[in-house]
Amino acid sequence: MSGHSTYQPQSAFMKWMERRLPIASLVHSSFVVYPTPRNLNYWWTFGAILSVMLVAQLVTGIVLVMHYTPHETMAFNSVEHLMRDVNYGWLIRYLHSNGAAMFFLAAYVHMFRGMYYGSYKEPREVLWILGVIIYVLMMATGFMGYVLPWGQMSFWAATVITNLFSAIPLVGEAVVTWLWGGYSVSNPTLQRFFSLHYLLPFAIVGVVVLHVWALHVVGQNNPTGVEPKSDKDMVPFTPHATVKDSFMMAVFLILYAWFVFYLPNYLGHADNYIQANPAVTPAHIVPEWYYLPFYAILRAIPDKLMGVVALFASILILAFLPWLDTSKVKSARYRPLYRQFFWIFVAVCVGLGWLGAKPAEGGYVLAARVLTFYYFAHFLIVLPLLGFFEKTKPLPNSISESVLGERSKA
Amino acid sequence: MTTMSSAEHTRRDFLYIATGAVGAVGAAAVTWPLISQMNPDASTVAAGAPIEVDLAPVAEGQVIKVFWRGKPIFINHRSKKEIDDARNVNVGSLPDPEPDQQRVKSGKDEWLVLIGICTHLGCIPIAHQGSYNGYFCPCHGSVYDTSGRIRSGPAPTNLPLPPYEFVSDTKIRIG
Ligand code: HEM
Ligand code: FES
Repeated sequence: MSGHSTYQPQSAFMKWMERRLPIASLVHSSFVVYPTPRNLNYWWTFGAILSVMLVAQLVTGIVLVMHYTPHETMAFNSVEHLMRDVNYGWLIRYLHSNGAAMFFLAAYVHMFRGMYYGSYKEPREVLWILGVIIYVLMMATGFMGYVLPWGQMSFWAATVITNLFSAIPLVGEAVVTWLWGGYSVSNPTLQRFFSLHYLLPFAIVGVVVLHVWALHVVGQNNPTGVEPKSDKDMVPFTPHATVKDSFMMAVFLILYAWFVFYLPNYLGHADNYIQANPAVTPAHIVPEWYYLPFYAILRAIPDKLMGVVALFASILILAFLPWLDTSKVKSARYRPLYRQFFWIFVAVCVGLGWLGAKPAEGGYVLAARVLTFYYFAHFLIVLPLLGFFEKTKPLPNSISESVLGERSKA
Repeated sequence: MTTMSSAEHTRRDFLYIATGAVGAVGAAAVTWPLISQMNPDASTVAAGAPIEVDLAPVAEGQVIKVFWRGKPIFINHRSKKEIDDARNVNVGSLPDPEPDQQRVKSGKDEWLVLIGICTHLGCIPIAHQGSYNGYFCPCHGSVYDTSGRIRSGPAPTNLPLPPYEFVSDTKIRIG
């Protein structure tokens, strides 16, 4: 099970190479013979999908930069020029803007998978925290990218989000002026966001390498949450995981292509096709869908500073999940109560997302408060207590027993 | 090989500490320009110089918008009713208590000059809207009165006043 390389270089060149840079055996041991639990289901394919989406964003992004001009007087027109005049410019841009949405969709599935099967628990805490770091970097990258086309939504999203920092007591105003490089969101802001939007995806690549490294140290979790005990519990990565990942990737790419070709602006906002105007705020400003739950939390709290604190806390609390969940049993399959609370939590997140797109008035605010309270209660009350009160179901002795039943004993 | 004397130890320790100290000062000296370059540059600061605005063409009830330091400034020529509305309130009951008289220049009660940026998260409120007929912010629903004071919604404080003065009866200098 160790995944030690059985790689035997064949050609004289590969033998020569192996003694100098054993990259072929690294790939062989990590992605060919690497043992994976035999019972992995399709929810385990989203890690590979995320890697593909990251590469897709890098490739389309680098091409966009060949046509884009990061300047307040030219950015909007350079994007319109790209859309109308550049060969396939519309395609590259729609791939990139919808690619960001698909990237987040895959990340959310991946994260909820981890929560359902307890993948953040001992010994995978560091693996999980690296994932949270990637998620935070993705949010920063997506936000700065959204500012680049310099439409009305770009401009006002930049204004509202940078103003979150003005809630910091005493130094808030100075921090915001420093972030802007001016007295309002303006050209220096656009240029630094462009620089960072180019940089951060490569930082994400770096953290992904650490994430995969940590994964290959502790091994994958699996639907039973029981750690593998023998070779019988495992199958080699290739062909088993390779083909499963590829199949799901194809399904996912069909969904992606459907948005790109049939609904390219469905997830966006019409106001972003109006050039940024510092004198007029659009009547209804909302962030991209993937930030909506957090936006709802921000607006649910009637106090400015506390709203901002709640927003950041709702993201950072994820990093503490390994210690907030006190149950020894990993998988929700064997946790009848947790399984129900998990689905309630998913519904609460979706509900917050829906409320984040609604105007902040009347019943919507009240509902957002209730759901915000529940969001935090899930982490701070439900999960710590469940570990003590829940009666879990008996675990199978091993992965192979859960798959093969009594036959595994034969 | 000779054994190391304690004197050698101390000299090496000294070198370590001295090198480390110089390194720390050097790192700080290099970091500061990297941070400082992000602050507003000389041309932005220069563009923040005072501006003069002629009030004569602004009719009663009208709000005009001018830009100073990239920020919209609302200049409101208030009607008698708007001034009365702003003054007939119990100041102590306001979220950010401030009498209307303190928000205008004395003898110029009809001229209200505000930085038109919502104190919540920086959107631009719309004039003559909201339940107090002052300003309403479309972003998260903050409502300001005819003195630009916060009355309801998430904004913590009143709309701020830019530094300005009357240079003549119908002209102000902002900044
Ligand atoms: C983590 C990966 C990335 C994410 C999540 C992301 C996200 C986004 C988003 C949401 C937009 C706004 C799209 C729109 O509304 O038009 C955008 C625009 C842009 N991105 Fe990225 N991006 C990523 C990687 C990159 C990379 C690696 C580059 C360049 C090397 C890049 C270059 C650009 C450019 C030039 C624009 C402006 C053109 C446009 O608006 O279509 N992006 N990005
Ligand atoms: S920015 Fe005005 S209410 Fe939030």
